[in-house]
Amino acid sequence: MEPQNPIKRTPLYDLHLELGGKIVPFAGYEMPVQYPLGVMGEHLHTRAKAGLFDVSHMGQAKLVANKAGEDAAALFEALVPGGIQTLQEGRMRYTQLTHETGGIRDDLMATRFGDTLWLVVNAACKDDDFMHISSALKEDATLEIADRALLALQGPAAGDVLAELMPASTDLIFMQAVWTSWSLPDGGESVDVLVSRCGYTGEDGFELSIAPEHAEILARTLLAHADVEPIGLGARDSLRLEAGLCLYGHDIDLTTSPAEADLLWSVPKRRRAEANFPGAETLNQHIEAGVAKKRVGILPEGRAPAREGTAIESLDGEPLGQITSGGFGPTLGGPLAMGYVPAAFSQPDTQVQLIVRGKALPARVVAMPFVPQNYRKG
Amino acid sequence: MSKKYTKDHEWVQLDGDVATVGITDYAQSQLGDVVFVEVPEAGRQVGQGDDAAVVESVKAASEVYAPLSGEIVEGNGALEDNPAMVNEDADNQGWFFKLKLADASELDGLMDEAAYADFLKELD
Repeated sequence: MEPQNPIKRTPLYDLHLELGGKIVPFAGYEMPVQYPLGVMGEHLHTRAKAGLFDVSHMGQAKLVANKAGEDAAALFEALVPGGIQTLQEGRMRYTQLTHETGGIRDDLMATRFGDTLWLVVNAACKDDDFMHISSALKEDATLEIADRALLALQGPAAGDVLAELMPASTDLIFMQAVWTSWSLPDGGESVDVLVSRCGYTGEDGFELSIAPEHAEILARTLLAHADVEPIGLGARDSLRLEAGLCLYGHDIDLTTSPAEADLLWSVPKRRRAEANFPGAETLNQHIEAGVAKKRVGILPEGRAPAREGTAIESLDGEPLGQITSGGFGPTLGGPLAMGYVPAAFSQPDTQVQLIVRGKALPARVVAMPFVPQNYRKG
Repeated sequence: MSKKYTKDHEWVQLDGDVATVGITDYAQSQLGDVVFVEVPEAGRQVGQGDDAAVVESVKAASEVYAPLSGEIVEGNGALEDNPAMVNEDADNQGWFFKLKLADASELDGLMDEAAYADFLKELD
């Protein structure tokens, strides 16, 4: 038998323990699910001020074309349906690595710097993603996996907090990124930080990519600010759910196309017409003929949360699909969920029922996000 | 009579042949912020170890088991309106349900306060 991969730790593991983080295994890493403030408090703090998340378990890599003058962003379009070669300098887009059968291998962020592309992928998929990208593009491009920590600073105060440390961050709007340098607080050297104005909470905020040996001092410097609290994976999940954002392996996977997942906003017309990415035929078929199932927001009308796996039925008791993410939204102040239903049931305000512990509970389809997004658009 | 405890972190307070059941302060601290509670209706028969109530945090749903067999005589409806009471006062106002005992000898299988304190120490 193959030995099990040993569980990994991020460069902030000791800091998580020091801060009282409750550690759980997640995607092969020992990660804090919550701190003493608790999921509810951490969630509300992030929406009110700023939260600091360790997302160093995510995969970071740089794609570089093998031939000088070739554009890695253009080459990467062979693997994703997003508009990547059209990215301007320091701009980023959300896209998906698609599969030949039409499903989604992973979702990711891609940022252009010159002729290179910076990628951030999900922790649970990163080994497969990197192998897939490297092998699929091996004739044309090289993927340089980056051993870097990643911190997310999210919330309405994030801009002001980071402005003090990294003034270059103030020039960024949502989905823009810049390499900047940060002088370590002990008066020592200056280190490179990739600052990206994006996140997974629906709030304004940043992701900060930094060499692992400097991650802890950056985290401590940010946490020293009165407005910043450490936030665990529990609140990360409730924040992204309120923002209507997909969690790979739950809301999207190999059995869902970008059309079924309601992610067509991330697929420009040019890519649909070119149809030169994995699963393009299925995607165009889904766009032209319509989808059999679609990801929707679902609002239970009572107080009971409906968790992942909960059956969704029509009012007549006809099975429609399943909840793929569900829980309680602290800002919403009630239960919320997303799941898949047939296209005929996907219109907002369609009444459905959720089978929770054997009982049919009333719910309705709603547009997402559940909580207004608060991005800095300019 | 003083409280008795289960390994599932429930407490039982007996008054005559009616037991009041709640979850312990340790249990509420492990759950985190309680956002939803479902308590059983009066008249329901439960066996020892059956699912009797539900308590949910932001993260997850957990069952509260019947620590003893009997008939539910009352569920704490106040928790359905104010689930946070479970966090604020797990030992008293945060009780879940009252149960008329079917078999008082089942009480002998529960822990007293000292035994439960030792049980918690072993968990650390």
